[in-house]
Amino acid sequence: MNHAQDAPAAGLERPSSKPVPRWRETLSVLLANRLAAVGLVLIGLLIVTALFADQLIRYPINAQDLSVRFDAPSAAYWFGTDDLGRDVYSRVVMGSRVSLQVGAVAVGISLVAGTLIGLLAGYRGGWLDAVLMRTMDVLFSFPVILLAIALVAVIGPSLRNVMIAVGIVFTPIFARVVRGSVLSVREELHVRAVRSLGASDWRIVTRHVLPNVAGPIIVQASLSLAFAILTEAALSYIGVGVQPPEPAWGYMLSDAQRFQQQGWWLSVFPGMAIFLTVMAFNLLGDGLRDALDPKQRSVIESRGVK
Amino acid sequence: MVDDRRPAADGAGGGAGGGDPVLSVRDLEVSFATRRGRAQVVRGLDYDLHRGETLAIVGESGSGKSVSTLALTKLIPMPPGRVSGTAHLDGQDLLALSERELLAVRGRQVGFVFQDPMTSLNPVHTIGRQLVEGMRHHLGVSEAEGRDRAVELLRLVGIPAAEKRLDDYPHQFSGGMRQRVVIAIGLSCDPQVLVADEATTALDVTTQAQITELVGRLQQELGMAVIWITHDLGVVASIADRVLVMYAGEIVEEADVDDLFADPRHPYTVGLLKSLPVLGAFERDDLAAIPGLPPTATDLPPGCAFHPRCAFRHDERCATERPVLREVAPGHRIRSFYEVAEADRRQAATVGAADVGAGAGAGEATP
Amino acid sequence: MTRYVALRVGQSLLALLGVSVVVFALMHLVPGDPVRAALGTRFNEELYAALVQRAGLDRPVLVQYFDWLGRALTGDLGVSFRTGDPVMLALAERIPRTALLAFGALVIGLAIALPAGIVSAVRQGKAADYAANTFSQIGVSIPDFWFGIVLILVFARLLGWLPPGGYRPLTEDPVAALSYLALPALTAGVVTGAILTRFVRSAMLDALNAEHVRLARAKGLPWRYVLRHHVLRNAWIPIVTVTGLQLGTLLGGIVVVEIVFSWPGLGTLALSAVETRDYPVLQGVVLLIAAVFLVLNLVVDLLYARLDPRIRVGASS
Repeated sequence: MNHAQDAPAAGLERPSSKPVPRWRETLSVLLANRLAAVGLVLIGLLIVTALFADQLIRYPINAQDLSVRFDAPSAAYWFGTDDLGRDVYSRVVMGSRVSLQVGAVAVGISLVAGTLIGLLAGYRGGWLDAVLMRTMDVLFSFPVILLAIALVAVIGPSLRNVMIAVGIVFTPIFARVVRGSVLSVREELHVRAVRSLGASDWRIVTRHVLPNVAGPIIVQASLSLAFAILTEAALSYIGVGVQPPEPAWGYMLSDAQRFQQQGWWLSVFPGMAIFLTVMAFNLLGDGLRDALDPKQRSVIESRGVK
Repeated sequence: MVDDRRPAADGAGGGAGGGDPVLSVRDLEVSFATRRGRAQVVRGLDYDLHRGETLAIVGESGSGKSVSTLALTKLIPMPPGRVSGTAHLDGQDLLALSERELLAVRGRQVGFVFQDPMTSLNPVHTIGRQLVEGMRHHLGVSEAEGRDRAVELLRLVGIPAAEKRLDDYPHQFSGGMRQRVVIAIGLSCDPQVLVADEATTALDVTTQAQITELVGRLQQELGMAVIWITHDLGVVASIADRVLVMYAGEIVEEADVDDLFADPRHPYTVGLLKSLPVLGAFERDDLAAIPGLPPTATDLPPGCAFHPRCAFRHDERCATERPVLREVAPGHRIRSFYEVAEADRRQAATVGAADVGAGAGAGEATP
Repeated sequence: MTRYVALRVGQSLLALLGVSVVVFALMHLVPGDPVRAALGTRFNEELYAALVQRAGLDRPVLVQYFDWLGRALTGDLGVSFRTGDPVMLALAERIPRTALLAFGALVIGLAIALPAGIVSAVRQGKAADYAANTFSQIGVSIPDFWFGIVLILVFARLLGWLPPGGYRPLTEDPVAALSYLALPALTAGVVTGAILTRFVRSAMLDALNAEHVRLARAKGLPWRYVLRHHVLRNAWIPIVTVTGLQLGTLLGGIVVVEIVFSWPGLGTLALSAVETRDYPVLQGVVLLIAAVFLVLNLVVDLLYARLDPRIRVGASS
């Protein structure tokens, strides 16, 4: 990189340009990133699949047909059949619903709770900050999977409880991200100015703090969605997550492990589904992070001029 | 050339401008491969640097001033970068040397001082280590000898309690002190040329003055040549002997410092001087600014690089023909078909030669 | 520096206290009667009364907590609802096995991440970088249990080279033991390695682009020397830090990997505790792992403080 400094010479005006809405700009930078675009497409496919699962399945998900047990993938059964002759493809398709649901709700819970805690801690500071963040530290002391297992184990495995448990376990990360963001925004000149003019806290938070914090929250939400879906799959694989008859990719894999000799396809397709879903959200999250970070943005935009 | 702003040059040390040039640059061109094509960052630089002389290279960001000196010892990334031309230092053409041969030049014959003392020094090594390692490599001194010399150097640059501070870490020094250490490092192997690349930009005004004074004094004592890269005309006014004004990778004006401030002839230089804020000015005019932006290095206009922004002449010739450096007075060259008219020049001269204090930027806000 | 150490240790102790509260609360989140649920069909009045009394569930909550905490500090983590044996015994038996797996995974992870991360940073933008990034992205997104299942499918079922699960103690038969260790360690190790690659690369890039590297080169120091003393020397501090932190996440992942491979460690113990509602055992496992996690983080922070002169020596002038 040549050593051009960033500060433009004062007194040399920038040619005035039409103001582009910030989200538009972000979107275009995001889409320029091919990987993120792929992630976005995959997520779109996933959402469509989940929404139209009922139309997309080819056989009822719990319809057993023992005469076709362990059939390899074919024209009739795209992903093959399982130990009870059920169509693996249909079950995988329907499983997308569980994954998305858990992901969305769990991340929703942790986002809301975490943001509230982070806002309070970051904005108010003082003892409230100390208490809240020490509590978050405690939650951080547990490996995520372990805590989720323990929680679901005690309150009972079910779809609803998985959502709650994962939601609780993910709250600290949002709290931390939001608090960090709030701390830096709080000290910015325009916020201090508005405060000294006597604006109410509520106004400051909603008008000035939140919009600036939105970026990191969105990035974290995407990355957490990835991890939430992964966690849910792990939980149902172990057996403490979603229970049958609701199809879930996780426990489909645990069944598959029992019957590995009889059908390699049982191990491959549900796992591939989890993998692609998680990767899609990770790619999107990374892309969002690059697009929203102003420093990164100028690097990407100026990629042409080194 | 004696100047009443500085102590008289010591005859034995070699007055500024005396004798054969220590560094002779001809036709220096530096370009980088980028996604948008080839970026011509330095286009045809010619200059001579003499022993004991301080040459200031002035320009805004992107003018190629830093790159031009880094390229001399190929300190730029070379796969995307390409350098051509010659640069004779002490009889050797630096640009023809291999990387291995250049290792003996860097630090030894050419010393560098960079802009930010906070980041120039490695935080995990003591400054003693960072002072000595260069000397051990180039001069083959032992650890003990190196340390002794390092202490001397620290004293030379004005760091108190030098012996004790040898084992301190960079974060234990203030910004100004750190820059002194960096200067000491630059001098450690007795280079013939010291390049100070925006060496005072990151410092506060008082410290700036101290550092420029220090370098000036060291130059007198050690007799080396100094290239000072800056956008700060105040720095130029206080220590330079000669000035090169760069724009879009070329020299647009070259003159002795007094001539430059008293008699600028290139429209760009005049614009720079006009844009200096003057203390105690009565008029409530806005700061005179040069409208527009410099061209991007990948997209250079065919004719004169400055003509799109030029306020003085703007014709067919400017747009299509690239002007060459021509002498308009002894020791004074400009790259323009048209010199600045007297009336405007006088106005700029009043502004420039008057109270140009440290901190007045060449159109750039002092950080 | 000592002030920093004291502060950090204090923080960790506080967090440990909080962890103990959470772990303690677990048993009390159970809807209904935990002991009755655990006993299930084995229910008889005598056994029930004995277990309740031993677990202290017949006393007020606050008393219970301090009692439990006091006993935990002496190593008494209660008795299993299932076997009646002390929880500590079950843990002690399993710890070395989990530790072995963790160690193997870490070695594999570092063996992958260090070269991959360093090479990808030094050759940024070229094929090696691209490959490393792809690998890292896949590793971060792949479910570790699925990866393990696929490895079993290929290496155990299809090729028959390695066992599909289980364990042999090292002391008995080292070769066989290693064959049982191979796949689980590979599963956890490759995923950890993929995650670490990103961090190593990022640490290296920061170190490579540092301004002091430019000055070091301008001093005429040979590139090899600069790489060693001004790049790697600076990069390894964040690398060590991040590796230490990853160890904690590794522990969480190992729980799942153990289950995939029926590796008789803390993870499978936790699973059986969940299945048999053996809450004291579950509490014991969670407490132990969380405590180890905390201690690990503390050690990493203190190590970092020791390695970085800016913290160790502190600012003066």
